[in-house]
Amino acid sequence: MQFFTPRSINALGLLLAAVLLGGCSPSAQEDGTQRDAAARDFERALQEQLIAAKPGEVIEIPAGRYAFERSLSLRVDGVTIRGAGMDQTVLSFKGQKSGAEGLLVNASDFTLENLAIEDTRGDGVKVNEGTRITLRGLRVEWTRGPDTRNGAYGLYPVRTRDVLIEDCLVIGASDAGIYVGQSEDIIVRRNRARRNVAGIEIENSRRADVYDNEVTENTGGILVFNMPNLPQRGEGTRLFRNRIIANNTANFGAKGTPVASVPAGSGVVINSNDQVEIFDNDFTDNATAHVIISSYFSTGYMTDQGVAENFDPYPEAIHVHGNRFIGGGDSPDGLDLKALKLAMFGLGGRFPSVLWDGYLDTAKLRGGRLPPELALCVRDAGPVLNADGPGKYRKPSLATEPHDCRLASLSAVDLQR
Amino acid sequence: MIRSCGRFLGVALLATVMLLASCSREPRAPTFHAEGEPPTLAEWGVLHIDDGVLAPAAGVRVYELNTPLFSDYAEKLRTVWVPPGQSAKYTANATFEFPLGTIVSKTFYYPRSAPVGTTATDAIAARLELAAVRLIETRLLVRREAGWEALSYVWDDTQRVATLRRAGEIIPLEIVTASANGARTQRFDYVVPDINQCAGCHETEVKRKALSPIGLAARHLNRDLDYGTAMGPANQLMAWSEAGLLTGLPQAASLASQSAVSGTVSGMVSGAIPRAARWDDPAADLEARARAYLDINCAHCHNRAGPADTSGLSLDAAEGSSVALGVCKSPIAAGRGTGNRRFGIVPGYPEESILVYRMAAVDPQVMMPELGRTLAHAEGVGLISAWIAAWPGDAGCALSARRTPPAIH
Repeated sequence: MQFFTPRSINALGLLLAAVLLGGCSPSAQEDGTQRDAAARDFERALQEQLIAAKPGEVIEIPAGRYAFERSLSLRVDGVTIRGAGMDQTVLSFKGQKSGAEGLLVNASDFTLENLAIEDTRGDGVKVNEGTRITLRGLRVEWTRGPDTRNGAYGLYPVRTRDVLIEDCLVIGASDAGIYVGQSEDIIVRRNRARRNVAGIEIENSRRADVYDNEVTENTGGILVFNMPNLPQRGEGTRLFRNRIIANNTANFGAKGTPVASVPAGSGVVINSNDQVEIFDNDFTDNATAHVIISSYFSTGYMTDQGVAENFDPYPEAIHVHGNRFIGGGDSPDGLDLKALKLAMFGLGGRFPSVLWDGYLDTAKLRGGRLPPELALCVRDAGPVLNADGPGKYRKPSLATEPHDCRLASLSAVDLQR
Repeated sequence: MIRSCGRFLGVALLATVMLLASCSREPRAPTFHAEGEPPTLAEWGVLHIDDGVLAPAAGVRVYELNTPLFSDYAEKLRTVWVPPGQSAKYTANATFEFPLGTIVSKTFYYPRSAPVGTTATDAIAARLELAAVRLIETRLLVRREAGWEALSYVWDDTQRVATLRRAGEIIPLEIVTASANGARTQRFDYVVPDINQCAGCHETEVKRKALSPIGLAARHLNRDLDYGTAMGPANQLMAWSEAGLLTGLPQAASLASQSAVSGTVSGMVSGAIPRAARWDDPAADLEARARAYLDINCAHCHNRAGPADTSGLSLDAAEGSSVALGVCKSPIAAGRGTGNRRFGIVPGYPEESILVYRMAAVDPQVMMPELGRTLAHAEGVGLISAWIAAWPGDAGCALSARRTPPAIH
């Protein structure tokens, strides 16, 4: 089905005639671009089509640049929105006046593909509740580059199940380029994430496979987090065959957000999450550390009043093996880490590939160690730097033997597509 | 006071064209359309214009809320019509159950001369002199077979015709608001929601994907309304019950006994009728006023089953957990909405609380609510700030000492 239905062409014709009679001139946008009657009509016609869509409908947006003043939204199941390519069909929200995202979807069996969304005031695409979500071949970009004023998330499925994000490019998000929150059964593959605070973030989610992505020039490459006070705790994420390169952009996230605590130069950061397997990735030149394993205590947000009693802040059953590490660890971010590096490795030295903040759930220790199924296993990566967070970073140490262990491999996520 | 800022000639012309095309057949009585989307408001027969006055049709009941949603200082004429012989069913906490065919309307308007926001909440107009007000839009919620459906009609420049706007509208306006420092002129874009955005607020349970009225619940309606000289002021719920519009209302005695009680958890005694405080009633309890304000302005999304359950922040009247209210709670996905602040509510410190920052914001990325306003509600921000400033007990959000584990050596 084409974008303009016969019905909307009629309505559009009438409106155009009326506008011409009225002799309205184009109005100037804040950014100086002209937004004429045709742009307003296109915006209105597209939103009307999204409202009236029927399950199974394919809404095609032809090549072109389209300017929007308000966010678009879809609530009908089974709809596909398709452009002519991520560089051909561009939805620009540079003059956006209303709405906290570019496109808000509350629907299942949804596919969005082959178009670009630029310069939204808030998030690019948010999918809130839904099953069988496909985001494919999209570009989401803030064209001014890394900037705290940019929207938070590029692609943002939350409380979704059966989610596929592939072949997308996300640039400039002030929080995470690709953010999957409180979801289940997730594949994120063959995407590129550049110059975001977090390239890809999996948060409070279960069963996620993140592979064949290229994450470069973010503050942190890939984050696997658990946050407190949410109905769903996350576990079971596999990161493999990703290229995680030079994620050294200064953190431009707003203070108070979870990602604001991520040091620049982080390849992969695990925070408070369990059952994470990291293998067969290429890590290059991440200046703080290629892999950081940390607890909620290290975020600075742990309060007595504000964290639910049952929240488990400890990362457990972490399995890092068979990765390739080049460079990195030579210029950590933040005074504490700089001082730590200087004290332990000297001016010209570097951190090892894997840094752990040292927090352990003492209630679970047996003979001073976590039970084998909850262990932090790190192989093929040299020694692990234990930063001694619980001891206020006074006795950091290097260890290999305690981490020389194996965990059962996690099973693959199969979405049958 | 209000002025429009031009550029809507085209739309006015379009409305005229559509009016001519549709051959006016306006019903004089409320008319339920079981399906379809009538292109003009008039076809519903709920509101009529006669001799320069907009008034509800016979049998259509005007109502008012204790604490209303803030909508860019617009004033609102609210009506409900239930098909003859039918009635709504009372429930203590949820929206009343309305029968098939119910039509709820809300007309947004501004006074043309007096500063906006100065009309006393107990002086609600049941009819609008069009010379004195500028009509903006009328939103309908209609109870059809499949559930509630939302429609929004925008009034034209002649103030005679309201036309369906499925995709919404942006209307440049200029209003004069009153404040302690005198009158202040504000120019802004009034945003008429598109039909999906109606669901953005009225879909209060995100998994059910069903729309529902928000204000038509006991705690919001439990107040007096001046029904005119014949009847005088009367409690709305009692009046509805006596008129046969509402069934299942508990004994009248409990109405009176609840009249001074706040709408917060303590007010929701079993068997009694809940009553939300009036947000602007200086005689009411500060906590009750603040919770009533958050309830009506935020809880349609921020409840434990609502679209904003992703945030872990729940602000409805019944919420009993201080963490869920945001106390010392770090945000989940606020992005720049944090305003560089760390916690939702920092007891004693409104200037450090994200809640206040987002209420005072007008940037679409930052502001809360996300929909329904373009301007900040200075008086609402003031109320929530005062509530946080007066927080009882320990102030601030200390990082945990109790829960930090010991060093392992």
